[in-house]
Amino acid sequence: MMGSMRGVTKRIQSIKFALLSPDEIRRMSATKIITADTYDDDGFPIDMGLMDSHLGVIEPGLRCKTCGGKVDDCPGHFGHIDLAMPVIHVGYVKDIKKLLQATCRKCGRLLLTRQQAQEYMAEMEQVEELGGDVTEVGFVTKETAREAQKRQRCPHCGEEQGKVTLDKPTTFREDGHKLTPKEVRERLERIPNEDLRVLGMNPEVARPEWMVLTALLVPPVTVRPSITLESGDRSEDDLTHKLVDVLRINQRLRENRDAGAPQLIVEDLWELLQYHVTTYFDNQTSGIPPARHRSGRPLKTLVQRLKGKEGRFRSNLSGKRVNFSARTVISPDPILSINEVGVPVEAARELTVPVHVQAYNQEIVKQWVKRGPTPLGLLGEYAPGVNYVIRPDGRRIRVTEKNAEVVAEAVEVGYTVERQLVDGDIVLFNRQPSLHRMSMMGHEVRVMPHKTFRFNLAVCPPYNADFDGDEMNLHVLQSEEARAEARVLMRVQEHILSPRFGGPVIGGIHDHITGAFLLTHKESKFTREEVTFILSKIDIRDLPPPDVKKGGKEFWSGKALFSAILPKNLSMTFKSSIAPKGDIGLKELKEEDSLVVIKDGVVASGTIDENAVGAFKGKIVDKLARDYGPDAARVFIDKATKMAIGAIMIRGFTTGIDDEDIPEEAKKQIADSLKTAIEKVEGLVESYKRGELEQMPGRSLEETLEVEAMKILGRARDLAGQVAGKHLGIENSAVIMARSGARGSMLNLSQMAGSIGQQAVRGERLSRGYWNRTLPHFKKGDLGAEAKGFVKSSYKSGLHPTEYFFHAMGGREGLVDTAVRTSRSGYMQRRLINALEDLKVKEDGTVRNTADTIIQFKFGEDGVDPSRSVQGRAVDIDDILQDVLGEEPSWKERLREQEMASYGLTEKDMYVEISEEEVEVEEEEPPSEE
Amino acid sequence: MRFNVLEHQLVPEHRLVAEEDADRVLKALKITRDQLPKIRKSDPVIQVLEKIEGPIEEGRIIRVTRVSGTAGVSEAYRLVIGR
Repeated sequence: MMGSMRGVTKRIQSIKFALLSPDEIRRMSATKIITADTYDDDGFPIDMGLMDSHLGVIEPGLRCKTCGGKVDDCPGHFGHIDLAMPVIHVGYVKDIKKLLQATCRKCGRLLLTRQQAQEYMAEMEQVEELGGDVTEVGFVTKETAREAQKRQRCPHCGEEQGKVTLDKPTTFREDGHKLTPKEVRERLERIPNEDLRVLGMNPEVARPEWMVLTALLVPPVTVRPSITLESGDRSEDDLTHKLVDVLRINQRLRENRDAGAPQLIVEDLWELLQYHVTTYFDNQTSGIPPARHRSGRPLKTLVQRLKGKEGRFRSNLSGKRVNFSARTVISPDPILSINEVGVPVEAARELTVPVHVQAYNQEIVKQWVKRGPTPLGLLGEYAPGVNYVIRPDGRRIRVTEKNAEVVAEAVEVGYTVERQLVDGDIVLFNRQPSLHRMSMMGHEVRVMPHKTFRFNLAVCPPYNADFDGDEMNLHVLQSEEARAEARVLMRVQEHILSPRFGGPVIGGIHDHITGAFLLTHKESKFTREEVTFILSKIDIRDLPPPDVKKGGKEFWSGKALFSAILPKNLSMTFKSSIAPKGDIGLKELKEEDSLVVIKDGVVASGTIDENAVGAFKGKIVDKLARDYGPDAARVFIDKATKMAIGAIMIRGFTTGIDDEDIPEEAKKQIADSLKTAIEKVEGLVESYKRGELEQMPGRSLEETLEVEAMKILGRARDLAGQVAGKHLGIENSAVIMARSGARGSMLNLSQMAGSIGQQAVRGERLSRGYWNRTLPHFKKGDLGAEAKGFVKSSYKSGLHPTEYFFHAMGGREGLVDTAVRTSRSGYMQRRLINALEDLKVKEDGTVRNTADTIIQFKFGEDGVDPSRSVQGRAVDIDDILQDVLGEEPSWKERLREQEMASYGLTEKDMYVEISEEEVEVEEEEPPSEE
Repeated sequence: MRFNVLEHQLVPEHRLVAEEDADRVLKALKITRDQLPKIRKSDPVIQVLEKIEGPIEEGRIIRVTRVSGTAGVSEAYRLVIGR
């Protein structure tokens, strides 16, 4: 075994669960509880009450009567309540049912012949021997019980068996007659030990009659502390409230029974006691109303404390709250590097890094401490102070303005001081939901005025952040190892390439892309003033030589300016995002200036846009990150985005609805083509009614009509878009954004300028609403275009009332879909993560779990890290060939291009949006569909 | 046999590793038998293999050879377990 490699990790060998017997309950009990009262008039706990001081202490200064400990020394002690009549424990009803059904009502023996029992016993032992786990043994015992339940007559005493049913939650019936818990208990008592073993129970630690309670364990007061309000009133814990109920009814039941009250009354009280004990365990038992607080709020009892997202496991054990963290609203800052985060002064003063005092830094640390907790620099700017000084014995001394000097004197080697943040400290920055490893990245601090966290816009995509009120969290690392790891592995620049699809997730967005387009498209020229303005944004001090001189004036081309930030030996060729779609010739590409050719770090042709610098698609970003390393890629993204913003500021950029203005005759042309399409559908409907429609294979006549109509109307919308598009040139702002990939699509534009098109629900034309028609505006049975959700109008022209309604119907589907998808994918992700969280790639390339068994013999079967691969391959042969053989791009590149296009990657596909609030679900049960 | 799953295009090649070779395989991977992924004796693939190779006891090793677009040919191993 590889045991020696496992270090200090320890494995749990087994966990044993057992039942508490009434004897054991009484033995571990510190006191018997008999009265429902808690405190007397002086505020002292009443003896043998629920707050008895034998149960532990919750008030400082008092001592525990059982162990003598004070508040933090005494762990608390259990007490118990002797129940007047036995009640069933809700947690075990299923097991009780199984046992009652599998054993004889008279003699209590298992309803199997001796031989059968031995066979099952042997099978169980065999499974255990082969290392079968608890679930596998469970299968055998389940089978045993099922077999026993089938038998109608006891093989041992010959007694005819009744049919035991469970009336949820806790009532058992035999052939319709009610079995009292007392009777149930008596039956369970009769089951012999050896028969229990066959059923998989160990009678030494779990006798079945213990599932029917005769004594109830009362948890220590430390588990259910009462809180004293400011007004001096005491407010008790929910559990205490519930126990009070149990005690009250228990008392009344005992009195009535002892006084010989009528059977009916005793039974009613008995049932009430059962209700209280049941809700004490689980207040969400189906079939009974939850017990409520006086205010109407349901009580949080034992099961509720453990279960679900807010329960002990998920909330307190799997998840923990941390110190040294901050949360605030985020806002953009294009000046910051992608590696940085702007931290408000207020936050920086609270967040600290521990600095260990050594001989080499003793003096400087003393200086820090001396400056107190709120020092300022020479210019009144932020300077880091010290909040706490920690002595070698662990005592913490708060540094204040007053004591700073004194405390500073005491600082010696071996002390630790908690220094406030300074520029350059590495911190973790996170936005929920954390679906990615890129949802939590390392940033370098920049302490800044104002109250928001700020970061570069290029980092929005990995966090999926925007600035409409998003908040993010920041964590300050507290150890040298953590800081080193964060710097090497978690820094933003290390995550430019995503492991999900091997491309960049960090890169230009929106204005960066528009700006790059404006800077580099065709023969864009800039004057000396403009060039100095753009270059002032990045640290290029020397003006490059002008490209054109005209009429005594010098001009610089945008392509030359952009080339200034490219590495000198970079050569690549690719299509711009503005390139016309489809397989097109070189000539057309060149005409649109959409074939980017970079040779030796100079942009020879082509427009720089989304395909060059964009997040998810930027080829230059991709290549730089891959071939020149994260440092070069970071520098490039910082500079390219700043430069693009400089360019867009010079030209100015705006869009409005009049960007979708098209000439009258174009409008008429669109109207005409839509009319023809509608008439065509009309004709289709006619031929359908006449029975002349030709049926498509595998489709009914109605389906054929629908498919044909959808096809015609879809084409009509595209045509309208094309007509409109013809009148919207590349100089149009909206078109620039759509074509360059900054924001929006040509479809969006054609819906604004041309026609919105067919609305659909579940991929079909709208059909529901009234009897045989969508709206009362149409005739019953009308199958025409307009009657079934075709919207002729454009967003710009405005919609007719019926169209508006149809549009709302189509829009609703989208909303419902996202709502359903998010909840479901969130749950799926949770289950996946729970299954995969501790898998790890070992040094030998295998993927293993914590037991060191192999899950995959080679990571991903090929051992390739997707974020370091080229289109899924470890080496980029094309690239190497191009390097070695010299340049020969066009056809090869074009092939690659098409391959890429077939992936059909768009920004939308990059994210499966998951809502902030995770759906509340049971571990094994999927969320119910409603 | 109604249907030979091994002939299905989605089922990769499964072969019984000869007992003599088993140790070599384990040595190459530097693991013990219990660290291998498991396959049940009741698995349809084992049922088919038993028809070809005769009874396969627990503890035998199966080699799975997969062909994929990204990884080319990759080999994995399974340990036969009971039921």
